[in-house]
Amino acid sequence: MTTTPTPEPAIRVQGITKSFADLYVLRGVTFDVKAGSIFALLGSNGSGKTTLVRILSTLLRADTGTASVHDFDIATQRGEVRESISLTGQFAAVDDILTGRENLVLIARLRHLKNPGTIADELLARFSLTEAGNRRAATYSGGMRRRLDIAMSLIGNPPVIFLDEPTTGLDPQARIEVWQTVRQLAQGGTTVLLTTQYLDEAEQLADRIAILHRGTIIQNGTLAELKQLLPSATVEYVEKQPSLEDVFLALVGDDDSDHTDNTGDSTTPTGKDPR
Amino acid sequence: MTSHILSDTRVLTARSLRHILRSPDTIITTAVTPIALMLLFVYVLGGAITTGSGGSYINYMLPGILLITIASGIAYTAYRLFLDMQGGIFERFQSMPIARSSVLWGHVLTSVAANLVSVVIVTGVALLMGFRTGASAGSWLAIAGILVLFTLALTWVAVIAGLSAKTVDGASAFSYPLIFLPFISSAFVPTDTMPGPVAWFAENQPVTSIVNTIRALFAQEPIGGDSWIALAWLVGLLVIAYGCANAIYRTKIR
Repeated sequence: MTTTPTPEPAIRVQGITKSFADLYVLRGVTFDVKAGSIFALLGSNGSGKTTLVRILSTLLRADTGTASVHDFDIATQRGEVRESISLTGQFAAVDDILTGRENLVLIARLRHLKNPGTIADELLARFSLTEAGNRRAATYSGGMRRRLDIAMSLIGNPPVIFLDEPTTGLDPQARIEVWQTVRQLAQGGTTVLLTTQYLDEAEQLADRIAILHRGTIIQNGTLAELKQLLPSATVEYVEKQPSLEDVFLALVGDDDSDHTDNTGDSTTPTGKDPR
Repeated sequence: MTSHILSDTRVLTARSLRHILRSPDTIITTAVTPIALMLLFVYVLGGAITTGSGGSYINYMLPGILLITIASGIAYTAYRLFLDMQGGIFERFQSMPIARSSVLWGHVLTSVAANLVSVVIVTGVALLMGFRTGASAGSWLAIAGILVLFTLALTWVAVIAGLSAKTVDGASAFSYPLIFLPFISSAFVPTDTMPGPVAWFAENQPVTSIVNTIRALFAQEPIGGDSWIALAWLVGLLVIAYGCANAIYRTKIR
């Protein structure tokens, strides 16, 4: 029961409930997210993670309960909430027919920013998509689409970002790239609420982890606090076997600063494309 | 937020116009069926049809063909709207501080632009096939106005279909009855040759009054009471479809 003297929480959720017909999806969810931190909402499929994110990003209305995002009430100040947030949903919300650059320009225009072209070029460079910027998004690999999706979410520098299962369906390299992006965001002062069903993802990224199970938060704490819930560790000697992920990454050579596109548009001229 | 409605609508209209420019086949396929019908009716069936109007048959049937063009073109609006809702970009727009109605108006204005292009193509082919009119500039404007109103009304019907469809096929299937409506009207043959109940339906459905009005404008004849009936149908349909589409939209975005 420690109340840390933090600044006003960036996200404050109190007693949110939501049901669809007679299916209770959220049964009273309460938590705070400190400004500038990464908060992971961990839960299995059907635990209500996506419903909660949709409520906080004004796509759905809660049945009861209140919540504020960046000090704006999600029920009464929806326009202000939308100014303060960005949502990256489970499925990459990019326009396949437009190029990567056009997607970014579109969002910059819709956020009423000046110099949308400059913003687009900066983000393409930051997400290693400059080469692919003038190709249609339909031709992108899963990892590139997700990078573009997150880049679109950063336009206008919203102080709060919701990432709903940001790495579902990605290969290990793309996953690590997304993790790096999320860490950079938090370092820059952005508050990140991410949902995930991967335990290691929450462990890797989050300052605090809340476990959402059957519509309520059953635990909420730092990784260290959650670990203390179980009996203290006993020392056992276990041979350190490389995980399959370690093997995979070693074999395919993941030097993590190199965000090359893995779709074959290599920058070296190989003359492999006879036309 | 409402202060951005014009700029947001402009940006979103530019987006979906770009979709059309990237797949111009949507405009071409919209124009191909009416052109094929026109060839069929003028060169195969037309010789046996007596319209009693004295003019050439293509002059008689072009108004109906133009309505068929629009009725088939608006299906693409339902299709594009449905794909937006499926793909997640719709939710992205909804979570952003943009004017709510801009998302629909972008598609609607694109529909008007695309259908006007199709109508111009079909009219061009009709001119090559011998369509002639002495219509004044004012009559052309009136015809364009009727066609835009018809497109707007049917596009809002398409928005209802796009918003409420469960499958891609469902999103465009609603337009088939609309395409066939002109066949049971005065578009291709005079209604007085039809048996009683069919003639009654043909004379009292909206296509007949719209076709008769456009035909009179092309022929530089006085437009009778039909024009008021046509206008009432078009405005009535537009208001109802717009109201229903927006009611459905509000349930989707709350």
